[in-house]
Amino acid sequence: MTKVQTDSRSIRIKGRSFLAVVLTPELPLDQWLERLDDLAARSAGFFLGRPVVLDVTDLQIDRQQLGEFLAHLAERNVRIMGIEGARHSMIAPGMPPVLKGGRPAGDVDVASVEPVAIAVQPAVSDSGDLQTEPQATVLQAPRSALQSLVINEPVRSGQSIIFTEGDVTIVGSVASGAEVIAGGSVHVYGTLRGRAMAGSVGNSQARIFCRKLEAELIAIDGIYKMAEDLPTDLLGQPVQVWLEGDAIVAGKVN
Amino acid sequence: MGKVIVVTSGKGGVGKTTSTAALGAALAQRNEKVVVVDFDVGLRNLDLVMGAERRVVYDLVNVIQGDAKLTQALIRDKRIENLFLLPASQTRDKDNLTPEGVEWVINELKRYFDWVICDSPAGIERGATLAMRHADVAVVVTNPEVSSVRDSDRIIGLLDSKTVKAERGERMEKHLLLTRFDQNRAARGDMLKVEDVLEILSIPLLGIIPESMDVLKASNIGAPVTIADAKSAPAQAYFEAARRLAGEDIPVTMPEEKRGLFGKIFSRRAA
Repeated sequence: MTKVQTDSRSIRIKGRSFLAVVLTPELPLDQWLERLDDLAARSAGFFLGRPVVLDVTDLQIDRQQLGEFLAHLAERNVRIMGIEGARHSMIAPGMPPVLKGGRPAGDVDVASVEPVAIAVQPAVSDSGDLQTEPQATVLQAPRSALQSLVINEPVRSGQSIIFTEGDVTIVGSVASGAEVIAGGSVHVYGTLRGRAMAGSVGNSQARIFCRKLEAELIAIDGIYKMAEDLPTDLLGQPVQVWLEGDAIVAGKVN
Repeated sequence: MGKVIVVTSGKGGVGKTTSTAALGAALAQRNEKVVVVDFDVGLRNLDLVMGAERRVVYDLVNVIQGDAKLTQALIRDKRIENLFLLPASQTRDKDNLTPEGVEWVINELKRYFDWVICDSPAGIERGATLAMRHADVAVVVTNPEVSSVRDSDRIIGLLDSKTVKAERGERMEKHLLLTRFDQNRAARGDMLKVEDVLEILSIPLLGIIPESMDVLKASNIGAPVTIADAKSAPAQAYFEAARRLAGEDIPVTMPEEKRGLFGKIFSRRAA
């Protein structure tokens, strides 16, 4: 028998990122658990509704010890969504999945969790207001992908603006001998006389925009062009620069 | 409390010392108490331009090291009685200037004078950064040529980051003084135009000082051009700049186009 697909719509799979709390236990585990109890006593509800990842990279334990440890955490209402840095021999069926490729994101301030504990109460009591659910506070964690830097004055010779988290916008000129390095695109609302490097952390979609092109060097995703290699008819014009394959392309913007 | 002005440029030979002396003398002729301070330790020149080189007994480094009182080191100008000079040391090293010492001297001078004008050494090292450190206003001296403009741009960046005002999050007031400007050469394209320099540096224009033999003559007789020949074109431009520094809102006079001898004869004949 063959399966007949009744619905022609395919399932769309989307990505979503949450800021997870990472626990890095140290040996001996019973003493570490005591310290965890201590922390939990000081800020009640800290782990409630938060995605928690267990980092066992530097932990020399076997499968059985890990299983017991997870049980101890479960007793304390700490639910682990994934295990990082584990050898496959350590993971038994039924344990949380192994995670890879996590990016570090600063320390989580334990003192700031008080509102979470407070926010839980109205949700449990009468109102039933969705906004006060503890889940909402987790989503408020900063999303690094959407950052931008705006500079409202000219970038002077000898200065360098380095911002790998996103776009850089300069309301003014970039002087000869100055440089702007952005993880995203570079926008210059003035004359670009210095160096501009966009997509510096490996973003080939990044672009460079300027009101007047007189740049010493432009680069996108590590591919660069010197002033001499730029088409002369674009000099002094409003220009955008982007990447096509491995080639830098520049064109006028009107 | 007086205002502290730093006259700076990054590049050497653009006219910092000449401008310090000329602006100082121009402000003093407005009946305000002025002191010009030479920060160029080891390569002092301001005493020569002020015509006080034979009257230097103590200097800035002596005051900072406690060998002399501030009043002993100050030299009163012989022509204008409310104009003073605090000379730099010619024999010592720049390292003798300490940040605490400079701060103390500037604060003392601010109590007694309306204007404290600091003549910065060229470069971006210790001497230059200490000279600008406690300033309220900066006069950026620039010649209309690319290397001077780029160095000025660098100095403006430092003024916005390395000064006490900048560190407090306040804005440093900056003015552009365009010196050695030759209208004929700018028209021919041998020099940057005023608009080009203003566009690159984007700070307000304090004045345009025409290139002139009068400046050199004044320096050689040991007098600021605003004392030696107050009627000359550069002196008039400095007087105008001083009025603007004092807060007057007056339009900047463009230097007139100078015709050569033949041009003059020719134009007369044609008229």
